[in-house]
Amino acid sequence: MKAAAFSYVKPRSLAETFDLLERHGEGARLLAGGQSLIAALNMRLDTPRVLIDLNGLKELSGIRVDRDSIAIGALTRHRSLELSEDVSQHLPLIHAAMPFVAHAAIRNRGTFGGSIAFADPAAELPACCIALDARFVIRSRAGERRVAAREFFKGLYETDLRPGEVLAGGEFARSGVPYRYSFQELARRHGDYAIVGVAACARIGAGVLSGVRIAFCGMGPTPMLASAAAAALDGRACSRDVIAHAQASLAQDLAPFDDLYQTAATRMHLARVLLGRAIAQLTTDYEY
Amino acid sequence: MSTEAADTLEISLQVNGAPVRRRVASRLHLADFLREELGLTGTHLGCEHGVCGACTVRVDGEIVRSCLVLAVQADGARVETIEGLSAAGTVGALQRAFHERNALQCGFCTPAMLLAAAELVERQPDASREDIRRHLSGNYCRCTGYQAIVDAVEVVCRAHRAGGIR
Ligand SMILES: Cc1cc2nc3c(=O)[nH]c(=O)nc-3n(C[C@H](O)[C@H](O)[C@H](O)COP(=O)(O)OP(=O)(O)OC[C@H]3O[C@@H](n4cnc5c(N)ncnc54)[C@H](O)[C@@H]3O)c2cc1C
Ligand code: FES
Ligand code: FES
Repeated sequence: MKAAAFSYVKPRSLAETFDLLERHGEGARLLAGGQSLIAALNMRLDTPRVLIDLNGLKELSGIRVDRDSIAIGALTRHRSLELSEDVSQHLPLIHAAMPFVAHAAIRNRGTFGGSIAFADPAAELPACCIALDARFVIRSRAGERRVAAREFFKGLYETDLRPGEVLAGGEFARSGVPYRYSFQELARRHGDYAIVGVAACARIGAGVLSGVRIAFCGMGPTPMLASAAAAALDGRACSRDVIAHAQASLAQDLAPFDDLYQTAATRMHLARVLLGRAIAQLTTDYEY
Repeated sequence: MSTEAADTLEISLQVNGAPVRRRVASRLHLADFLREELGLTGTHLGCEHGVCGACTVRVDGEIVRSCLVLAVQADGARVETIEGLSAAGTVGALQRAFHERNALQCGFCTPAMLLAAAELVERQPDASREDIRRHLSGNYCRCTGYQAIVDAVEVVCRAHRAGGIR
C-alpha cells in the first residue's frame, strides 16, 4: 500500500526540531531510519500530518568512548554499530547482538535511537540496554534528562518519551572488571524479530558467577529483566542444579503471550533453553 | 531545503550516474520515484513494508529498501539501480552465474538478489554458504528454493577471492 499524504521537513538543529515539534504537536512524527515508521505509514497503520526528518542532525550520530563511559548517538546506524571496533571492544554484548537485528539492507538505514524509541518487545537492542544497565539521554526545549533503560520501557511500544522530546542517545558504563557476555536468539528466519532472545552478562571467578544481569526479548510487553533467574545464579558455582533453578525462576520474571506462531508455553520453554545456552557460553566459551 | 514542512519538494540527485532534478510529493517513496517518474522498473515492489527485499537499490553505495526510503530523503544522494549496475558491468559476473546455475525462474526477485549479493561479494568474498544465506535472508524468492542462488553467489565469491572476474 501507499502512505497517506503528509508533509516533510528536515531541521538543521535540535532547536529547530523542538520548534517543529511544538508547532505540529500530535500530528508530527520524528523520522530516523524509517525502517519501522515508513513501513507503518505504507500500511496506513499511522497517518501523521508531518514527518520531521532527524537525519540532518549530525550531533545525534556517532559512538564516543570516554574514560568511564561509552555513548551511542541516537542516529547511529545499526550497520555502524555492527562494524564498530569500539563497540566490539567495549560493548561486546551489542556487537554479538547486531547480526540478529533485521537484514543487511535494513541495518544500513535503521538507527539505534529508532530501535529504542520504537520499543518493539522482540527487538534486540532494548534487551541489551537493560542487561547493560544503560541510560538514555533525552533532550527537549527544557533541557536534558537521563533515564535508566529499565525504567524507560513502559509497555507494549510505549516508552518514557514525552511530547516535545527527542531521544539523543544511550550511555553505557565502562566496567573496569572483565565481564563475560552472551547473546542468544531463536527466530524463524535469520534477521526476523526474535521469537525469544536473551542478553546476559556476568563476571566469573573460580567458576562462580557474580554481577549477573539477564534480559529477554520476545517474552513480554517490554524487554524483560530476569532478576529472579539472575539471583539464582549470582554468587554460586554453576552446577546443574543451580542452572535448573535459574531456568525455573524464569516463570517469575517473564510474561510471554500467545501469538499466531507460538503459545506462551512454547516461548517459556524456549526461554529456558536459551538461558541454558547463555550460561554455558558465559562459563566456558568466552575468551576475554 | 527550507525548514517549513512541505507537501512537495524539489530534489536533485544522481541516478545511475546521471543528474536528476524533480519536484516530488513528500509521501512518495524512492521505489515509486524510480519506477513511475524515471521508468526504472527493474526495481520491483513486493510488499512495500520492508519484508520481501524486492525493492533493493543502492544509496550512496549501500543497499537499502527503496520502499522504506522517501524520495525526498534521496536529495543529494547517489542512487544506483539494477539498470545502472547492469550497464556498468558491476553485476556481470553474478548475472552470468545466476544464468548458468538456474538461479532464477520468474525473475521477480532477481534484480534485488543481485544487488544484495554484490554487496557481499565486495565486502566479504570469503563468505561461507551460511554467511551467504544470512546475507540474503532479507530477500524473498518464491520460485527457486534458494539453493541455486546460494550456489551462484558462492561461485562468484570464490572467483572474486581468486582475484578473477568482477
Ligand atoms: C523486515 C524488517 C525486519 C526487522 N527486523 C528487526 C529485528 O529483527 N530486530 C530489530 O530490533 N528490529 C528489526 N526491524 C526494525 C529496525 O531495526 C528498525 O530500524 C528500528 O526498529 C527502528 O529504527 P529506525 O531508525 O528505522 O526508526 P524509524 O522507523 O525512523 O522510527 C521508529 C519510531 O521511533 C521514533 N523515533 C526514531 N528516532 C527517534 C528519536 N531519536 N527520538 C524520539 N523518537 C524517535 C519515530 O518517531 C518512530 O515512531 C525490522 C524492520 C523490518 C522492516
Ligand atoms: S517492496 Fe520493499 S521490501 Fe518488499
Ligand atoms: S525467481 Fe521467482 S521469485 Fe525468485
